[in-house]
Amino acid sequence: MHQMTLAEIARGLADKKFSSEELTRTLLARIAQLDPQLNSFITVTEDLAITQAQAADARRAAGETGALLGAPLAHKDLFCTKGIRTSCASKMLDNFKAPYDATVVASLAAAGTVTLGKTNMDEFAMGSANESSHYGAVKNPWNLDHVPGGSSGGSAAAVAARLLPGATGTDTGGSIRQPAALTNLTGLKPTYGRVSRWGMIAYASSLDQAGPMARTAEDCALLLQGMAGFDVNDSTSIDEPVPDYSAGLNASLQGLRIGVPKEYFSAGLDPRIADLVMASVEALKKLGAVVKEISLPNLQHAIPAYYVIAPAEASSNLSRFDGVRFGYRCEDPKDLTDLYKRSRGEGFGPEVQRRIMVGAYALSAGYYDAYYLQAQKIRRLIKNDFMNAFAEVDVILGPTTPNPAWKIGAKNADPIAEYLEDFYTITANLAGLPGLSMPAGFADGLPVGVQLLAPYFQEGRLLNVAHQYQQVTDWHTRSPAGF
Amino acid sequence: MALDRSDVEKIAHLARLGLNDADIPRTTEALNSILGLIDQMQAVDTTGIEPLAHPLEASQRLRVDAVTEINHRDTYQAIAPAVQDGLYLVPKVLD
Repeated sequence: MHQMTLAEIARGLADKKFSSEELTRTLLARIAQLDPQLNSFITVTEDLAITQAQAADARRAAGETGALLGAPLAHKDLFCTKGIRTSCASKMLDNFKAPYDATVVASLAAAGTVTLGKTNMDEFAMGSANESSHYGAVKNPWNLDHVPGGSSGGSAAAVAARLLPGATGTDTGGSIRQPAALTNLTGLKPTYGRVSRWGMIAYASSLDQAGPMARTAEDCALLLQGMAGFDVNDSTSIDEPVPDYSAGLNASLQGLRIGVPKEYFSAGLDPRIADLVMASVEALKKLGAVVKEISLPNLQHAIPAYYVIAPAEASSNLSRFDGVRFGYRCEDPKDLTDLYKRSRGEGFGPEVQRRIMVGAYALSAGYYDAYYLQAQKIRRLIKNDFMNAFAEVDVILGPTTPNPAWKIGAKNADPIAEYLEDFYTITANLAGLPGLSMPAGFADGLPVGVQLLAPYFQEGRLLNVAHQYQQVTDWHTRSPAGF
Repeated sequence: MALDRSDVEKIAHLARLGLNDADIPRTTEALNSILGLIDQMQAVDTTGIEPLAHPLEASQRLRVDAVTEINHRDTYQAIAPAVQDGLYLVPKVLD
């Protein structure tokens, strides 16, 4: 039962082969049995899951239908869930029970999904290895000595290990696509403004976007359908019609123009990944796509610009954690400044503190123009590169990551080493473009992902290309030994 | 320009982060490494380029000036570290 995709579950529920409650109980037992090896959940919401599953079964019995009615999933632990701990994997919010549901959580619940729990992540979504969690590192089910990627590493590990068929993630610099690549999943970061950010604990507000993580593009289409849409509560939400993502999956790729940026094949790319990327290009050519070399000349400037913009926005966003209104408060503060400093010094982990300080420095008097403004100008150069490229091609294809999953602890000595793993993903956040990672092979038993990028609001095109690729390849069907 | 210990202490104060004394050398080293990465930006010629704040150039929407929210004080104070009579408690600010 645990091997089923969301699409298979939808058919099984519709055909009354099993109930949502039976499925939910099976998966909860599987989580209890296997998650101790992975640490992919921070909170398992067993009672809520059973209640929601029974309600979904009752709705179906009353004649309601829907692809997500009774579908089990989990939410990354930065989506606010009413009355349920929403920790952001931080000591700062270990005791925080959100007073309301995030729009994404509410929309998916209204569609009938069953929440099995809240998944582990890098603290405040700041990391690419899921090692900075207050609740400990998450293990990659493909090799328990390796990281699952981050920051949505718990969602990735749980879905990859078949603990459940799909999960939500968020992506500020690659946090959906990179862990998807490292665990053999399909993950989609939508266009900035496509999915509501309301109730997502903010990291970098001009970059953050929520999206689905699942085993197939078909499943990502189902989940995105339940997540996308305008929300008056999110001031940067875009009021743009939401297409039927599943309906577009079977479009032919005949004549599809794929651009492969020459700058992607630099010295930092593992040659095994380069080979698998080119193999995916060949598979798409057989489906009728035409391939063209393109150029993204400002690619190399993306990481420096990102590490100004994201920390600057983080230092502002995280100023709300002050030990006064919610979250962690230090013992016996001697005055107000001591309350702030010790609550934040004790409540935040080292990587979060580093990013807050980088941001505070970049925004401090006399440095704004040299840092934040310069980074925003580079952001436009990067966007312009993409606009030029998309005048010639329909999608851009390349590696999702420069390397497969690394060993836990291997990049802890220098934060920069981990930052560079987001080389291929960060540009989509800076430009606000949709991006998808799909399984494309293995290097020494570790999964490798291929990334597709498309123009604004063309999530459907990305899902279409990935789905067609998944009709002629079987990488996405491989499951890790022991799970 | 590399940061030294006093710079890091000043930044930590601006951010209201209480650092452990023993951690400051390591934090200083990490921040200098990150700033070294960031400083690669300074070589990029951005003359005449407008900064980009929202990828789709959208601006903030305005809402009608009408009351839409009910009072959530009790809900919000239920998760606060210290409250009394509907007020948030903090250490004494004025003597």
